[in-house]
Amino acid sequence: MGYDKGVEVFPTTTWSAGAGCHGGCGQKLYVKDGKLIKVEGDENASFNQGRSCPRVLALTQYVYHPDRLTTPLKRVGKRGEGKFEPISWDEAFDICEDKLKSIRDEFGAESVVFAQGTGRDVGGPISYLCYNYGSPNWVQLGLSGQSCYTPRLGGMKATMGDFAVMDAGQFSAKRYDDPEYEVPKVIIVWGQNPPPTCSDGFFGHWVVDCMKRGSKIISIDPRNTWMSTRAEHHLQIRPGTDGALALGMLNVIINEELYDKEFVDKWTYGFEKLKERVQEYPVDKVSQITWIPEKQIVEAARLYAINSPAAIHWGVPIDMNPEGTSVAQAIAHLWSITGNIDIPGGNVIARPSHGVTTYPYSTEELVGLYGQDLVDKLNKSRIGCDTYPMVKGFRGWAQPDMAIDQIDSGKPYPIKAAWIQTANILGGQAARAKFHYEAMKKLEFVVVIDLFHNPTSMALADIVLPAATFAEKDSFRSWWVPLGVMHKTIQVGECKSDWEINIEMANRLNPNCKYQNVKELINDRLSVAGVTFDELVEQGSQAMPSKGHSSRPYRRHEKGLLRHDGKPGFTTETGRVELYSKAFESWGVDPLPFYREPAQGPVNTPELYAKYPLIMITGARSHMFFHSEHRMIPWLREKDPEPYVEVHPETAEKFGVSDGEWIHLENDMGKVKRKVRVSLRVHPQMIHTLHGWWKPEMKGSEPDLFGVWDYQINQIIPGPQDSGSGFGGGQYKTTLCKLSKIKE
Amino acid sequence: MSKYGLLINYDYCTGCQSCAVACQQEHGFPAGKCGIKVTEYVYAAVRKPVAIDFLPFPTELCDLCINRHQQGEEPACVKHCQAACMAFGSLAELVEQMEVTPRSVLFSPR
Ligand code: SF4
Ligand code: SF4
Ligand code: SF4
Repeated sequence: MGYDKGVEVFPTTTWSAGAGCHGGCGQKLYVKDGKLIKVEGDENASFNQGRSCPRVLALTQYVYHPDRLTTPLKRVGKRGEGKFEPISWDEAFDICEDKLKSIRDEFGAESVVFAQGTGRDVGGPISYLCYNYGSPNWVQLGLSGQSCYTPRLGGMKATMGDFAVMDAGQFSAKRYDDPEYEVPKVIIVWGQNPPPTCSDGFFGHWVVDCMKRGSKIISIDPRNTWMSTRAEHHLQIRPGTDGALALGMLNVIINEELYDKEFVDKWTYGFEKLKERVQEYPVDKVSQITWIPEKQIVEAARLYAINSPAAIHWGVPIDMNPEGTSVAQAIAHLWSITGNIDIPGGNVIARPSHGVTTYPYSTEELVGLYGQDLVDKLNKSRIGCDTYPMVKGFRGWAQPDMAIDQIDSGKPYPIKAAWIQTANILGGQAARAKFHYEAMKKLEFVVVIDLFHNPTSMALADIVLPAATFAEKDSFRSWWVPLGVMHKTIQVGECKSDWEINIEMANRLNPNCKYQNVKELINDRLSVAGVTFDELVEQGSQAMPSKGHSSRPYRRHEKGLLRHDGKPGFTTETGRVELYSKAFESWGVDPLPFYREPAQGPVNTPELYAKYPLIMITGARSHMFFHSEHRMIPWLREKDPEPYVEVHPETAEKFGVSDGEWIHLENDMGKVKRKVRVSLRVHPQMIHTLHGWWKPEMKGSEPDLFGVWDYQINQIIPGPQDSGSGFGGGQYKTTLCKLSKIKE
Repeated sequence: MSKYGLLINYDYCTGCQSCAVACQQEHGFPAGKCGIKVTEYVYAAVRKPVAIDFLPFPTELCDLCINRHQQGEEPACVKHCQAACMAFGSLAELVEQMEVTPRSVLFSPR
């Protein structure tokens, strides 16, 4: 197309900065005279089929925002004073190099943490820098219990030896029209309202596409949402009790013999032990725990079990349960015993597309990139490895709750510096946010790489480096499907991509670095796919794995496509789906799923509950924002202008608060401002509010820090994590609070 | 253009606001100006105790993307609608379509 002469159109793949998300869709960038003038969905991209979310449609306002960081900065005033001075990239790299080398010489590489936020493309470059520097402490600092996807990944890995996702036909470019594909007859949407975002590599509206094609929905959600109001069954669950519900559903399906006997016999291990365990969770007991009527639990379990194919799509509340990994395990058992693994319209095994590693999701991928020796060596000093065998055995993260405690205490070894890359820890993910702030102020050296100033950069940064959006960089993505590349179409100021910054730094810190530039790295990593970066750009930026490849469904366990030895079966010790998990057994975690009450709540802390009678749910998504981002984008902010709290009409009356009133949400940890929205969306005993709020229009310097201490909800979320494996149990959905009037 | 319109199957509208931002981008409207506004309705109901619906309403500023139409393209909102619940066409065609899509609304903005 071209309304105008001189407009060039570049199809590209999205991931992170810009739209902010977990990416994967194809968008067309319209560029004129080196300037991005428009974004449109790419109709050739099967992921989104021409569609776009509001955040990517607002990209021009993001890219050219007057507040974008466009040069490296050096702090010149005191920390928090907000005084920074532009410096050259050379000077910035020199300072970082000097500082990081001297810290490594004196205290060892482990005394520097490399911190990121959610599953964004920064995971590749930051782990690359961290490993090349020699630090074991790559960490989602602030994210209590790593409670975002990692517990689900862990639960799946321990059960199936692999990960799985709901099949919406995304592995075939023909999508719903592929004759091999079948739409799930029933979809359990567990703890998510999918439309607002594309979490975990899954385009939220795929569920809507399936509904149009006949899928019935079982929605498990404490709130009324768009999805729940269209569901066959809405199970309005008490937050933090998903584990009990999953066990109760297993109880129904096993005792009523609704499971797939052939699959269970042939492909699973430990069924009898599971059968015994679920007897501890009869439906009446589960109903009491979850607040869901018995009849609904039974009917939902039956509906899911007797329909084939049926799929489960799940969200971050699973991770935020106490023992999130165990809850994920129980849910994986639901799709396992009903034979819904790796069949069209079920839960299909998901591997990085074409076997390409961008962001290492498993220990195996880390070993593939950096070698067994380095991984073993780093595991010795990685924070949390000694305490939690699962932290040591699964993925490569330092345990975040222990990391902040160690930054604070200096024990067992001191942490001297933080490299924080596109993560607004203080304004975003940090539970106990004020404690994070106090502890991190003790750090000797803090580098923040970001696109905008935010509470974290203002409060802590010594050096600020300006990062690029996906439109401004060469990068690649292989999170399930498609295999996609981003390619640089515009330049903003002196911004550099995370890969550029980290490859340059890595070369300065490790003379034996493997790659000199970004293209070299990408082409090397793409080589297993038999394609180059330029070829992918040429093809329109995306490719699907072909049939018969181990990253393409279906029924790979039957065909011997999963295991290294080429034998049929799964990549577990027994070669079967382990309903009784050998991996959990080896990590000292209960090999069978179990339920534990949330740390705070009516059952565990009745006295606290009397004082703070509302269960606060945070962390849902707005269509307008990605976590703590986008508050400065005019087209987005006007559609979700203030931090609201949803309050049921009866609850509003009880607390004497009215619609539109500014109030405090309060508990023993402090209080946070919110504007009341009286709404039937929430249960009378619960409230719901969005996380990630700060106001870019407020003053950035201390003490304001863009209003973070007025609005940051996570300052009243306690820590550490509520789980025995080290994974799961961030208390973002189960913390108690009350509403209080603001006294002028 | 008077015989063209927008058909919105609001049973599937998720309130995602892609239509609104697509419209603002296409027309270069600043925040505060838009060819379509999305409103949320939360009310006690029948299918479930609580219903949640969204309804996009084309404002006076909607020109049915006449420029795009002349280039043979769909309106920006229709193209980007994440729920694919919007259609553009002649009113006659859309009325026919409406017969098979309950909970729809037809707008004739111009
Ligand atoms: S949220 Fe979804 S539609 Fe928006 S840019 Fe990301 S992948 Fe694309
Ligand atoms: S048809 Fe065009 S002008 Fe009208 S609302 Fe849609 S995008 Fe805006
Ligand atoms: S883009 Fe479609 S689904 Fe989204 S608000 Fe507009 S009409 Fe509704």
